[in-house]
Order: sequence, then structure tokens, then C-alpha cells
Amino acid sequence: MTGPGRDSSDATIGFRFDDKPYRARPGDTLAAALLANGVGLVGRSFKYHRPRGIMTAGVEEPNALVTVGEGGRREPNTRATDVFVYEGLVATSQNRWPSLSFDVGAVFGMASPLLSAGFYYKTFFGPAKRWMIYEALIRKAAGLGTAPTQADPDRFSQRAAFCDLLVVGAGPAGLSAAADAAEAGKRVILVEQDSILGASLRRDPQALDAAWIDTTAARITAAGGRILTRTTASGYWEHDLVTLTQRLAEPGQIPVNGTAQRLWHVRAGQVILATGSIERPLAFDHNDRPGVMLSQAVRTYLQRFGVLPGKRVVIATNNDDAYQTAAALKAAGAQIVAILDARPAPAGTGSGFAVHNNAVPLATKGARHCLKQVTGLVDGQTRRWDADLIAVSGGFTPVVHLHMQAGGALDWDAAAQAFVPTASRQNVTTIGGAANPAPIAASAPVSHPKKSFVDFQNDVTLADIDLAWAEGYRSVEHLKRYTTLGMATDQGKLSNMAALSRLAEKQGVAIPEIGLTTFRPPYTPVTMGLLAGAGARDAGAHIRRLALYDVHAARGPIWQPLGLWVRPRAYPTGGETLAQAALREARAVRTNVGMTDVSTLAKFEVSGPDAAAFLEIICATTIGKLAVGRGRYTFMLREDGFVFDDGTVWRIGDNRYLLTSSTGGADRMAAHISYVRHYLCPHLRVSAVNVQEHHAAIAVAGPQAKTVLAALIGVEPPRHMSTIAAMIADVPVIVAAASYSGERAFEIYVEATRAPPVWAACDQHVTAHGGCPYGMEAMEFLRIEKGHLVVGGEIDGRLSPHDLGLDRMLNKAGGYVGVQGLARPALAAPGRRQLVGLEAVEGSIPEGSMLVTHDGAPVQGHVTAAAFRIMTGGSIALGQLAGGFARHGEDLVATSPTRGQRARVRVVAPHFYDPAGDRYRD
Amino acid sequence: MLLIPCPFCGARAQTEFVFERSVDSVVALDATPEAAMAALFTRTNPRGPDDEIWRHTYGCRAWMIVTRHRVTHVISAVRPVGPVALP
Amino acid sequence: MSRYSAFGLLRGALNGQKHWQPAWRDAEPKAHYDIIVIGGGGHGLATAYYLAKVHGLRNIAVLEKGWIGGGNTGRNTTIVRSNYRLQPLHDLFEFGLKMWHNLSDELNYNVMFSPRGAMLLGHSDADMVRLAERGDALRCDGIDAELMTRDAVAKLEPLLDVSRSARFPIEGALIQRRGGTARHDAVAWGYARAADSLGVDIIQKCEVTGFVRDGDAVVGVETTRGRIGAGRTGICVAGNSGHVAGLAGLRLPIESQTLQAMVTEGVKPMINSVIMSQSLHCYISQSDKGGIVFGGDPDNWPSYAQRGNPMVMEGAVAQGLALVPALSRLRMVRTWSGVTDMSCDGAPIIGATPVPNLYLNGGWCYGGFKATPASGWTYAHTLATGQPHALNAPFALDRFERGATIDETGTGPMPCSR
Repeated sequence: MTGPGRDSSDATIGFRFDDKPYRARPGDTLAAALLANGVGLVGRSFKYHRPRGIMTAGVEEPNALVTVGEGGRREPNTRATDVFVYEGLVATSQNRWPSLSFDVGAVFGMASPLLSAGFYYKTFFGPAKRWMIYEALIRKAAGLGTAPTQADPDRFSQRAAFCDLLVVGAGPAGLSAAADAAEAGKRVILVEQDSILGASLRRDPQALDAAWIDTTAARITAAGGRILTRTTASGYWEHDLVTLTQRLAEPGQIPVNGTAQRLWHVRAGQVILATGSIERPLAFDHNDRPGVMLSQAVRTYLQRFGVLPGKRVVIATNNDDAYQTAAALKAAGAQIVAILDARPAPAGTGSGFAVHNNAVPLATKGARHCLKQVTGLVDGQTRRWDADLIAVSGGFTPVVHLHMQAGGALDWDAAAQAFVPTASRQNVTTIGGAANPAPIAASAPVSHPKKSFVDFQNDVTLADIDLAWAEGYRSVEHLKRYTTLGMATDQGKLSNMAALSRLAEKQGVAIPEIGLTTFRPPYTPVTMGLLAGAGARDAGAHIRRLALYDVHAARGPIWQPLGLWVRPRAYPTGGETLAQAALREARAVRTNVGMTDVSTLAKFEVSGPDAAAFLEIICATTIGKLAVGRGRYTFMLREDGFVFDDGTVWRIGDNRYLLTSSTGGADRMAAHISYVRHYLCPHLRVSAVNVQEHHAAIAVAGPQAKTVLAALIGVEPPRHMSTIAAMIADVPVIVAAASYSGERAFEIYVEATRAPPVWAACDQHVTAHGGCPYGMEAMEFLRIEKGHLVVGGEIDGRLSPHDLGLDRMLNKAGGYVGVQGLARPALAAPGRRQLVGLEAVEGSIPEGSMLVTHDGAPVQGHVTAAAFRIMTGGSIALGQLAGGFARHGEDLVATSPTRGQRARVRVVAPHFYDPAGDRYRD
Repeated sequence: MLLIPCPFCGARAQTEFVFERSVDSVVALDATPEAAMAALFTRTNPRGPDDEIWRHTYGCRAWMIVTRHRVTHVISAVRPVGPVALP
Repeated sequence: MSRYSAFGLLRGALNGQKHWQPAWRDAEPKAHYDIIVIGGGGHGLATAYYLAKVHGLRNIAVLEKGWIGGGNTGRNTTIVRSNYRLQPLHDLFEFGLKMWHNLSDELNYNVMFSPRGAMLLGHSDADMVRLAERGDALRCDGIDAELMTRDAVAKLEPLLDVSRSARFPIEGALIQRRGGTARHDAVAWGYARAADSLGVDIIQKCEVTGFVRDGDAVVGVETTRGRIGAGRTGICVAGNSGHVAGLAGLRLPIESQTLQAMVTEGVKPMINSVIMSQSLHCYISQSDKGGIVFGGDPDNWPSYAQRGNPMVMEGAVAQGLALVPALSRLRMVRTWSGVTDMSCDGAPIIGATPVPNLYLNGGWCYGGFKATPASGWTYAHTLATGQPHALNAPFALDRFERGATIDETGTGPMPCSR
């Protein structure tokens, strides 16, 4: 079927389809190349597995879906009309078994009287498990192509751009608008989804002035405009943000520089849509056969690609455009068997063809997946013609998708039977064919709705629409959802108007009264890898590296994620397990000395004459009486009165404080402090600066910590809850004596970039005293044994200061955030969860387990954290227990059914180690 | 993604900003318990314009009140708040 | 109502499926109803159905401003599960999950409930402890929950990246095997058809524009189709609760927010369960048509616009691809958004309002679909008796001012920070 001028010696590109080799010409789409090679059967439909060919020449193609590429580059459901052939392209047909021409799934087509719209809602009853058996069969039969199983070898990049004018569509209207604006000094971006500019002009060479296209494109680039081909404006979002998808390689092709596609976020001052229109098919019996093709597509294959898709052609139309197809076919040597024009005479008169007026196609017949015969109705008489191609034109649907995505309204153009764009709240206008579709005749009656397809891919027929209507699914959205019309990969580009017109007919109203479904992004389907971009590798979550990361890494620790951070969990030596290493580290702290990196703590430097007053708003404890050089534990409430964070506040100068709080809550606390400072307290003379990553922090803890510190700083270390400025390794530091471990301990704050020598100095002295660094696991053991709280564990955002045993520390004067919430009655109600300690009477307490009085009894609380006595062994835990303060001494069961673990526990005070604090007080 | 006119930086992508809360939910520091709970738990939530507190967190970090229509997303006013806005 | 059955379809195959009647009548509003339910989503229709079925009431109307099931019922990611950490939540959702298991039979409408397992991935030892805690809470209350090892996860979902080098390596999961997905539209249609057959009037294109008051009490509604009297009126319009309650002068602990979802082109089966993650915010399942259904984060700012945001979408896809790299070459074919009622503790509100005769069902945040049967059942009980059912008693509107919030995530009272 190679057409005139289709010299096969031009066909220099080798490709394969279903394992057979073919050749294509440069510039061919896969569809054009298949047609040129006489391949008419390309795919199978979704539901009935009906044989399908190539119906269109554009992105609206519903039938010719193939899988392109191999391995991790395999792209299922690729429209053969939207992939340009490259050397080595491998395409395979889909949704068929064992082969495209003989597909067992076609049995679904034979059962189609049974499988009417929504049939699955009316059967497959019984228990859910039984439905799942049917469902498994349905799932296997559905779903078109097969996804790759390997990782994607290619990159996808993203880019942001700004312009004064974005023009979508490089047809004559778009090219002109872009050139004029560029020459007027505007920053212009022109995008075209096709591989060439002016593609629609190449369909009609008589209208084509190739030189004009080149000149206009040159005007745009000369004036600094940017032209992007193979680029689709896929989404129009808020405030004139348009996303573009640019193909740098064709589907399945190995990209030249490793990048397959690029996603653009373009913020445009103004957008012009010159997106043209999409030709509509006609509804008739067996209108889905290979050999039924849109009229303009026929012309595109013929005049752009030099492929003659048929030799004996029937034309069926309701408008003038199809006569150009007839003329082009005739000039190419094809025989025009008949022209069926739905319009009365004199439509078509003067075209030079014999025209049947008041004529519509009724049916097609075929054999071996080829079209053989067309039946039509001419002035009430049935006529038949032998033909191998029927070119159909049901009018034109303006591409208003982006306009609608932008929130634009539509008007009904009765002459064109089409919705056209009107006002939009965004800065967008539509020009060219998308704004002015050609007039057509009204749709004609159809006699065989059961095989008159409207949504070709999903096999929705006029009969399905009728059934949905009869069953009350009359809103266009109900229709769509009940029949699946418009839900296929072509997103209803061909089916929408036909469905609306059938609904309107049923309802006896005009189409605009039916309404339209809303178009949502994307205009054409977008590759997931492109949307993810580089984020596919790290889920868009970059790792936050500690200032001392390299220092830790040199020791080969076991790492532990904590939010976006990773921190050393333990530093095993000599083949230790995590548990062994953590125990050794914890014992070093209890008996000797250890050091750990606590840099991720949230840190704020609060200064100014009103700093104390400000802190007494943020913190629920008193601050004002704190002497210079002293610190104290504090905690913070949300506005609803629940504790949401805790930490330590240090007075490091007359009007200077350092506030620390939890790692996990750091960003939340930063936002809270900034809000209170800027919104609630703008008049306070205070500065609150987030210094979380400015300061690294190292904790040195253990009975020998004081000795180590004295050696490090050369002066008397500060007393418990006191702070001094000092020097370590010639680096200025702040040393603050606070204990999280239960031992005497010092936190050393140092500018992050200067932390490594400080760590090294500490390490040297700690090691010299027989100590070692310890990780988060040991820290967790230590703090549990001591009964310190952790945000995200005991402090879970649901407990009040009273529940946590903190109420005696509340600032009696009030004035802090959250004080009002404390007044609510439920916060004082009996039976609230309260912080308790738990000691195993029998077994080992599972962390996270539930507390019950006996197995099977209602849950009364849970274990928030579990550990063991570091020096003596014995399972201990912290927990929340209903009315727990009054239940010390009671025996309970801590049960974990998911892990098959349980322990008998005794409720005790939540301090297992040195409750009086003798080990760190002076 | 909105385009928000920061009073200091000009129009910037919404991804640079963080929505803090609606102005009607602000709990004054000296509010009575009743007034505080009313602010927190009875929201105007209009299907129309409302005053909202945003921060240019990943920009100049200034706080501002943005008057934004919650259906059309049209931003009709932006004014800075905090010490920078004091007379 | 002609019963749905395989036999009926066979009969239809002979007659061109011409014997089917409308699934529900297109009812005209009457002057007065005993109970009016505002909102023809799944929850409203289920409420009407149980009012008729369980409480024997017949003079009931459901008023829908557009077409039934057109709000969040038709815009969610269809996940059904009950595995919440907090007891009031998992008790309510479990009551519903039990109903899901025979809902198709109950309604004589296949809602395609497919209990293929809802899996929450853990990415660290700490995640696994939190998952165990959740599972233990569930198991102690008689709800199924099962910890899975990494190998078991890999066996169930071979395309998940279980490598140690993954940014969020998979350590294991907590699965609720009785959880899964359902066909969202069918839930609305099935309840509508069943309610209609019991005499409930389903009135579409009937927007409530105001409330008729007798003193304080609500005694009816003003609508675009005229005034309709009512004994009791129940608001059931999640997404727009603030707006409708505002017509009665009420302000709620709710802000509306956009949540978007998306679906890829259909492919042959590749995802077997519902995949969620403890650390990432995307959730993935595959529909019966083969599309991979994706959800992600909400916008984190208030909106009534049913429009999405590209950055949120791209973020969700990045997370999804980090979990399932083989999704890279699939194409996203459709996005959509719903307007969610974000409540001030993340939990729903079902119960009385301060206005006599006016009740509220809303605040479902992003988790309402799975609760549809339980929500309808308990709300019907509340509307019929004027008293809460034991299951919805904790979800009273006054819990906020009392301080008895049900805060699954411990996030606090800012709806757009959840």
C-alpha cells in the first residue's frame, strides 16, 4: 500500500513489530510506517479484544496502542501515531494471546450481549472472597500492556522557566502569534507536540508554504524566542503555571545524553492556545474495524507521509473538509467509491465528485481484519459499496482542554455543534481552529447501536449509553463512570461529544443543557518517571548530613534514620552485634565515660531585652528567675494545652538564651517560635534565631565526665545545670552541664564547621579514660532507665502536663501558649493516660505492647519505650496507663499479639536509676 | 501552584511559602479560655475570600497576611505583619 | 426493583438488556419529610438506607446539589481498612469493615469490595515498633493485624524496591488482610438503589440554600427547588460542611482542603495489595481496569477548589517510584481532586449540633470512604433516635471544647498541618 512518491529506497530505518522486521522513512510515525508496510491490524480493544487498526494520525488515537522499547525502557500503551520511528525500534502489540491475529480474548466479544455496560455491578454476589476469584480473571483480561519489571535506566530532568507569552501549538495561528510577540520584544516560548512545525499544513500541501513556516520560525528565534518541538503543554495550573513535557528521546529509544524527557514548569505572563481541533468519528455498525479512519488522518498519511491507506475509498462526512480528502485520494490514484454527505443538496456540489446527499454510513463488513464493504443509507435507501477504507468526518472538536484546566468557561457553537472557549479568570486566550471550528450538519440516526462504538478503546457503544440512560445514569458524570466512557488512555478525546449528543437526544434537550465533564490535567498521558524527576531516586527527601558525618563514617557505625537525618546508632567493634555494642557503650557511660553527637537537637538563640518574657510565652515553665550561667528543663504546650515538645533553656548572657528542643520537632518548633515572635509579639524587643545547624553539639557523660571536661577546657567544669564559655582545641565552645543519661554530663556546643577538631579532642580524652563514643541505641537505654521523656514516644501530642507528671513545673503566672487549653474539663477527667514506669515480673517487656489486666481484657495503656537495667539486667519500660499515677504496685500484662510476646509487669514510678539525681549533683 | 506576591521579594512560587493558619484561628495571648477555644475550634472556613497567615519560609522568611479566595485562588491583598510592619 | 443477578444478565443478553429499570427514581421533592439528609454522597445515601432499613422510617429524602456520588465518594482512592491506632477510630471503622464484607449482597449491587490486603510499610526498626504497637492495639480489640518480614513483603509485592540501598529501605510491614479496595461509585449507586427501593426520595440538582427556623430549631430547608419541611435534618456534605453549617449560623472545627489523586494508564496486574508507607505519604493500589491509583499529600492550605497542584502530584509520584521503580515508564492519565473536611483533631464528627433538630456528619479528613457503611449506620441511629450510637458517641462535636479530642497523629488543632 505504499503510496505515490513513497519510494522504498527512502525507507532507511529498520524497526520491528511483533518480531517481524520492517523499514520506515525518516520522519515516519510508527503508524505511518506500519501503514506503509501494509500492516492494518495493530491492537486489540480493552474489553472485547476486538481487532483494531489505526484510526487517527494524532494523540487522540484510541486503537493503535503498542508497547515500545525493551527492558527498563519498555513503554506500554504507546500510541503508534505519537512515536516517531528510530533505528532499532521494537514494538509489540498488546492485550492479545497468543497472537494479534488470533486472540483467545476475543471470546469476550462473543459474550458482549451479556457484558453490557456495568454488567459487573449486577452479578458476582456472595462473600467478598468469591468476588475476588472473578476479579482475578477480570484483572488479567483488562489492563492493556505490561509494565517493565526492571529499573528505568534513563534520567528525567526538570526545568523552570518564565516568559511573557507561551504559545501552545505551532500551526499557522500559533506561529504567527509567537513571531509577532517575539518581535514586539516579548520573551516567547512556542511549544509543539509534533516533531515538526506547521504539521497541520503538511496535511494539505496545496495550503502549505514551507518557506513561510521556516521564515516564521526564524523570526521567532531571531527575536530571542524559544521553540520546543515534541513538547506538550500537558497541564494548566493556578496563576498561569503551565507544565510542559518535552521528549528528548522517543518512547523506548536510548537517549543521546541519558535524559529521556524534560518537564518544564513555565510561569507565563500570558498564554495563547492555538491547539486546533480534533476530528470526530461517526457512529455506525462496526465503525471500529481496521480500515475505518478519520478523514484528516487519511490526508495526513497520504500527503505528509506519502502513504496511501486505501485504494477503494468511501468518504462519509457532515462537513466540507472531507472533500479535500477525496481530492487528495483521487490525485494519488485511489478510487473514490462514494461520498456520503449527511447534509442535503447542494452540499458537496461543485466538488467535482458525485455526492450522495442526506447519506450516512450504516455498517461495515470485513474479513481477515480488513474492511471489505460499506453499507450506507441514501435518502432512505440502503446501498452497499465494496471498499477497503472508509474516511469519516463527524466535524471538529476544538481542543479546549488547557482552557478548561485554566478555569475557563465554554460557549456552545450550534453551527459547529461544538463547545468553544470564552472567558477565563487566568490570562489565556484561544486562537485559530480551536476558537473557530467549522460548521457541520447535525448527527444522523443510527440503526445498530450495539456495535456502534463511541469509546473505541473501552468498547463503549451507543447501546451502552442507552442502557445507562435507561437505568438512570443520566448525568454525564454518571454516564462516564457507569460505562467507563472517556476513561481510557485517549481520555475521551474522540468519544466525549458523541456521548453528549446521544444523551441530549435521549433527554430531548440541547447538548449544552447536558453539560460537559471537566477536563483535568494532563492533556495527554505523562510518563511517571518524568513527574518524579530526580526524586525517584530519593523519594524527594534529601538526607540531612551531620556536621560530624565523616567523623562517624570513619568508625563504620550502624546508622539510624531520624526524620531526614541519619545518626550513628552504635559503633560496633570486633564483630559486635548492635545489642552488644549498645550495651558496651551504655555501660561505659554508667561506669566510666562516653561521648555522643547530639547535633540534631533543635537550637534557638533568643536575645534582647525582652528575651525572658518571650521565652515565658513559648515555654510553660518559668524562665525569668534563671541566673546568668544557669539552665533548666522546660517544655512547651500547643494552644490546646497538650505538651508537644521539651528541652532545656540556658541563660548564656544578660539578655541571651540558648533554647534546645527535640530533633524530631525541630522544624515545627522553628515555625512556632517564628509565628509567636512575628505575629503574636511583634512589639517585643527580642530576636529568636534558629541555630540548629549553626551549632554542632557533643555530649560527654559518665562518672569520669567531669575529669575529662576539666582536661579538655583547662578550667573547672560547670556545676549541674550551669553553663560557661570555654575553648577546646582552640575553638570557642559553650559547655552546659545537663544530664540526659542519668550520669554527670556536659553538652558542648560549637560552631558546626569547627566541630571536627573538638570531637577529636573529646575523643582523645574520653578514650584515654577508657571511654568510647556511644550511639542512639545506648542513649535510648540510658534515658529510659533514668525516666527521661522523648518526643514522639511518651510525648505523643495527646498528653497534658499533668499526664506526664510535669504540672508542678507550670508557670503559675500563666501567660504561656496553651494555658487556656488546660482549663478544658476533659483534661482533668479521671481515667486519662498517665506516665508510668514498668518493671518486668516475668518475661521481657515488648516495646509498643499493650497493657491489660489479663489476657483478653480491654486495653488500658501501652509501652512507649522498653529497655533493661544497664548494669544488672532486668526488663524495664516506660508507658502510658489509664489512671496510672494511682496504680503503682499493680501487676499487669504487657502483651504483643503481633509478635507473640508478653510479659507480666509491675507498675512503678518512671525512674529506675538514681531517682534523686545524686550522681550528677554537686 | 499559586503565585504569591511577597511584599518584599515580589511574586514568588507558593512552594517558597508555608501556610500557617487562618487569621480567624489566631489565639491572642491574653484570650480567655472560652475565646481561645472558640478561635481554635470554630472556623469561618468561607467558600470565598479569607485572610490567611503565610510565611515566606524559603525566601525572606517574612510573615504576611494574604487575602485569598478559596475557590478561585485570586489573591486580592497581601500585607506584611510582624516587627517589619510596625510603624 | 428488579433484582440483579447473573440470571438477569442472561435474560438481558437475549433481549438487549432492555428490561432494566432506573436504579433509583428521579424523585420530586415533597412538602415535608420526617428526616432530610443533606448530601447525596455515599455517607448520606447509606444514612438514608439504614434509616429505612433498620429504623423503619419511610418518609426520608436525600438532597443532592449535583449528582449523587459526585463529591468525595467519587474522588477518593477507594481504600478500605480499619487499622487505626486509637480505639474509638478503629472500633468505628472495624464496624464498617465488617459491613463491607457482605455489602454487595446486602445491597444487591456489586460494590466490588476486594479484601486484597492493606499494607503499611515500615522503613526502620523504629517504624516497625510503631507498626507493632498499632497492630497490638488492633489485635487486643479483636481486629486483624499481622506483622510481615521484609521477605514476606517482597513475596507479596515483587516490584517493591526492598534493596538495602533504597532511600527508605523496607524493613517489613503491618498488613490488614481484610482491608482492600472497593468500587467507589458503586457504593453510592448501590446505596441509592437500595434506599430508593425502600421508599427514600433521592432528589438530585437540589442545593440547600438556607435553613427554615422555628425559634432556634431547624424545621426545614430552603433549596433551589423550593422549601422543604423536615422533622430532623442531617448535614452530610463532607468537604462543604463549613459552608452548609454556616447557613445555620454554625462554625465548625473544620477547614476545607484539596487532596488530589491520580491514575496511570491501565496495565496488566502488577500491584497485588494496597501499599501505604509509614514514612512516605503516598499510597498505591491497582484498579480492576489496571490503572495504578496514587494518592499523596494534601495541599496544606485551605481550598474549596477541586483542582490539584503539580508540585504535590510530582512529590507523590517521586515517593511512589522510590517504592516501586517499575512504575517509571507508566503514564499518568488522569488527576482529580476532592475537597476534604479537615477537622481539628483529624477525626470525624457525627452527632448533634447546638441547633435543635440539626445534626452533623462531617470532618472525615481524607479517610471517609472506608467508613461509609459505619458512618451511615451510626448517623441513621443518631437521626432516628436523637441519641448517639455507642460507636459515634466519642465523635461528638463538643469534644473539642471539652478537650476530648481523638488525635490519631498527635498533631493538634491546625487542620491544614495534618
